[in-house]
This record gives sequence, structure tokens and C-alpha cells, in this order.
Amino acid sequence: MANGILKVKAKTAGSATSVKMMAKHIMESGQRKDKKSGELIPALFLQNLVVKHADKVVFEANLGPSISKNPYFAFKFEGGASGDELVLTWTENSGKSGTETAAIK
Amino acid sequence: MSIDRRSIVKVIAVGGALMGASVLMPRIALAAWSKEAFEAKEQTAAMKALLGSDALEESTEVNLKAPDIAENGAVVPITVVSTLSGVESMSIFVEGNPSPLSAEFIIPAGTQADVSTRVRMGKTTKVTAVVKANGKLYSASKEVKVTIGGCGG
Repeated sequence: MANGILKVKAKTAGSATSVKMMAKHIMESGQRKDKKSGELIPALFLQNLVVKHADKVVFEANLGPSISKNPYFAFKFEGGASGDELVLTWTENSGKSGTETAAIK
Repeated sequence: MSIDRRSIVKVIAVGGALMGASVLMPRIALAAWSKEAFEAKEQTAAMKALLGSDALEESTEVNLKAPDIAENGAVVPITVVSTLSGVESMSIFVEGNPSPLSAEFIIPAGTQADVSTRVRMGKTTKVTAVVKANGKLYSASKEVKVTIGGCGG
């Protein structure tokens, strides 16, 4: 499993924690043609992303291939504290998946 | 060339375990990913498959932030904010794309209805944000002009 595709910035201000994350992923749409062979390049994209804080899901995204390359997501949740750990799990449409962690600043 | 029996057994065992893991894990993780909705070619069909209905109520409590003109259709920043209570999910539809449904965000209790992402747009078309709150569907739409499409290549 290829780990380490996510870059996460999480910061708590007041009661809300804002999370910004960027995944390093090509998000191949399945619409593009190979310039040499003229054949369609099969779609390869992140399909699901789940963020957990203290074993509770705080964010879940179901994605299609029309999300931009190197997808970016931002959301805010209540209850996070500085130093807490976020557990992020991603799944590709190929079935490949990975779990990463990030700390809240 | 001789390959000893022990290493073959090991390879088979490891391969089997990996295959087992890759077959079983996505099933659990992908339980919520609606293939029908994400592959639908029509926006109404995608909405019905994802949300069970395409009866939307335009609401000022759904705020869709998107540029008026996107110079590069490959990266169009979208933010959806809602002041409604009891928000369960927020979805983004791009009407003119080959598959209109871009993303569905599940908003658990305790998470604010405020999500940003970036989507691809093939051409100038209408972007619709659908917020599901208390079992009803609320929406906001905006026409975004695209100078360079971001789907083909």
C-alpha cells in the first residue's frame, strides 16, 4: 500500500477545528485519451475519504472522477483539541486503500 | 534453477493474504459509494440514485460559492455552506459533465455544514449544491463559465 499521499493542516480555534487536506493523486477521469495510441486511459481516482477523530467519523466524502487532480478538501468540526490525532482513510476505485494520521495543531 | 519448496509456500501464503485483504477491505469501505449515482449521465438520474429524489427546494440557506468565470476548468474551487439545521449530506453536481455527480460529503453531527473542494468542469454549465437536511433536499445553483475545459485532453 502506498502510504503518505495526504497533506493535512488541522488547527483548533475556539470550539471549532478546521481541517484542510490535499491528496497527491492523479484523479484520472477516464475521459482522457492516450496521445500515442488514441485509446482511453482508464479512470483511476479516489473514491472515498473518511476522517475520524477519537474514533468518531467527523467527515466522509464519496468522490467521482470529476474532482480535480490532487484533490483538496476543507471542513470544520467541533470537539477537536490541539494535539489530538486525526485518522484519515482513503480508498481508490482500484480497491487500493491507505490509512494515515495527522495531529491537530 | 531450483526454487526450494519453503519459499514457494511463503509466496503463496503472502499472496493469498494480500488478495484476501484487497478483496474484502474495499467492500467495507465502499459500502456508501453509489456506483449508479456516480456513473449516471443525467443529473436528475444521478440525484435520484444518490438522494432518492430530484425534488429540490431552492433555498437561501444554502450558499454555493463558485467563480463566475473559471479560466481553467480542471480546477474550479467550490465551497458549500449551509445555515440549515440537521444537515446530513451535501452534494455537488456539475450538469454538463459526462457524469454530473462530483462529490457527496457526509456531515455527521458536530461537523459544520461548510465544505470546500475543487472540481473539474468540461464546459460552461450550471453547478448545483444539494443539501440534505431533515430528510428534505435544498439547493443552490450557479452558472460557471469555463474558458478551457478540464475533462478531456
